[in-house]
Amino acid sequence: MSASVMLQEVTKEYEPGKAAVDRLSLEIADGEFMILVGPSGCGKTTALRMIAGLEKPTSGTVRIGDRVVNEVSPRDRDIAMVFQNYALYPHMTVHKNLAYGLRQRRTPKDEVQKRVTEVAELLGLDELLKRKPGQLSGGQRQRVAMGRALVRDPEVFLLDEPLSNLDAKLRAEMRTELKRLHQNLPVTTIYVTHDQVEAMTLGDHIAVMRDGRLQQFGAPQEVYDRPANVFVAGFIGSPPMNILSGVARGGRVSAGDFVLERPGVPDGDVMVGLRPQALRPASDGMPVLDFRIDVVEPLGDEVVLHGTAAATTAVACVDARVRPSAGSVLRLGIDPADVHVFDAASGSAIR
Amino acid sequence: MTTEPLLGVPPQQFRLDPPPEEPRRRRLPFSPWHLALMPIAAVMLLPLVWMVAVSLETDAQSHAFPPLLFPKSFQFENYKTAFNAVPFAHFFLNSLLYSLTTVAGNLLFCSLAAYAFARMRFRGSNILFVVFLATLMVPFQVLIIPTFLIVKHLGMVDSVGGLIVPNLCNAFGIFLLRQFFRTLPIELEEAARIDGTSRLGILFKIVLPLSLPALATLGIIQFMWSWNDFLWPLIIINSDTHAPLQLGLSMFQGAHAQHWNLLMAATVMSQLPMLIVFLFAQRWFVQSLAFSGMKQ
Repeated sequence: MSASVMLQEVTKEYEPGKAAVDRLSLEIADGEFMILVGPSGCGKTTALRMIAGLEKPTSGTVRIGDRVVNEVSPRDRDIAMVFQNYALYPHMTVHKNLAYGLRQRRTPKDEVQKRVTEVAELLGLDELLKRKPGQLSGGQRQRVAMGRALVRDPEVFLLDEPLSNLDAKLRAEMRTELKRLHQNLPVTTIYVTHDQVEAMTLGDHIAVMRDGRLQQFGAPQEVYDRPANVFVAGFIGSPPMNILSGVARGGRVSAGDFVLERPGVPDGDVMVGLRPQALRPASDGMPVLDFRIDVVEPLGDEVVLHGTAAATTAVACVDARVRPSAGSVLRLGIDPADVHVFDAASGSAIR
Repeated sequence: MTTEPLLGVPPQQFRLDPPPEEPRRRRLPFSPWHLALMPIAAVMLLPLVWMVAVSLETDAQSHAFPPLLFPKSFQFENYKTAFNAVPFAHFFLNSLLYSLTTVAGNLLFCSLAAYAFARMRFRGSNILFVVFLATLMVPFQVLIIPTFLIVKHLGMVDSVGGLIVPNLCNAFGIFLLRQFFRTLPIELEEAARIDGTSRLGILFKIVLPLSLPALATLGIIQFMWSWNDFLWPLIIINSDTHAPLQLGLSMFQGAHAQHWNLLMAATVMSQLPMLIVFLFAQRWFVQSLAFSGMKQ
């Protein structure tokens, strides 16, 4: 059983006039993996907590399935949540932690036993059932936290930065595992993170938030390819997109030595966004710019260049065979279709 | 990740040599603080030693001046005499009843109030809490008469109820537990809410099991307080039937004769339960007095 989730104009104000979440509207289809991503303090966790029922929206409606749940208590929403710090009950064994939610719902004992065993097997926790959370490693605790959510077989999973307390290697492993889990068990999942890699890799859709407002909602590739504004452009993608300030005159956009023909761009100040990965050694017919290299970071297959272009600090990722050296100037080009132009005042994309 | 040997060399071999040891100074086998603490400890212990000494003296020796701290022979039969001179066992049971019920009452009622103050937001919750705290500053002597009047209206003068009911809950316990509850991660309670636990369920299944050190502290403090309480029983209890031990002890101070040795023997016996409680619970006690302040 799984359900869709819908937020309509949901606002949360902790103090009058200061919205932590500002008129947020989202639609998450049944079985979808949705990522809420943004820098810390952008309201993504508050949004999640409102879906969980741990916070009450100041206005707007939250729906799970076809039910408005604003006034429904967390226990009756049929959701399960994984907390950033796992929130395992320290005085209970792993088995009791997993069984707790079912017991609270007066599930028959043999049913509880069956479900706990199943989930423990699925997550490789069978050996740990008698231990207490204090005796587990970070990764094991994370699994128990996942297990506690899975065992309940809820309509919606809510995950609040579940991987942020793990080290890099374990985080990558768990990320893949989460994705596999969702592929096998497509339950509606809402996942909060500030990590844009998790956002890109895990989600069917991602919602980018900033200062309580939704910036863009779409499939990860779409958000990456067509960022709605400068903030999204800089936030999604690593290393972040280079933003050069420039000006548009009669369908011609220029920023320093970089010149691009783009008919239809209204005259005025603009920002030009160039993804580091889209930059490559110049060839004929491409708009080009000179890149002064300060630091070279070889990664094996590619080289990350830090330096200056059009009087702005910039980053470029080029093929390792280019063999650039620090201190030199490299002429880089870009496919005109890969250039993003934003209005300088509002920051929104000009298409 | 960090434990992975780099280049096959176990990580500890990368460590620098330990810093060269300081030149050895001649050290006292104890901290210098002890020089100040030992005389204080002696002063604290003296009355206890004196109590035990007098309890083992003859009637004449116990009236001697200067007092005799180390009698040559021990009069152990004082204990037997003292035990039989008054209904000691009866008083002892009354004390036990008084102490245990007030401990139970405090653990239950203070937990409930403390949890509300720790986690529930309601209009005026902070003001109410401050009012509760303020009652800690009102000396008991001021409260005696109003409390007595209330108990009288309840028709509980000279009864076990009159002894116990006013002491079932107190602001100190609420404060102590509230401070402790607030140190517990709120996510545990939120997880329990999502798991379908009611407010009371959260208190009893999640919060209290994690608060054993604080509960133990409160229990011990309350036990000690009730066991040693003299003033309130003196006021509310008139008959031997309901008198706790501390009242019973005062029966040794007769109008005509003063049997110090018997009084002290009875006092020693009355203090044994406290000693036992303290021995068993010392670890909890020390640990949670440290807790009871603010957060670690």
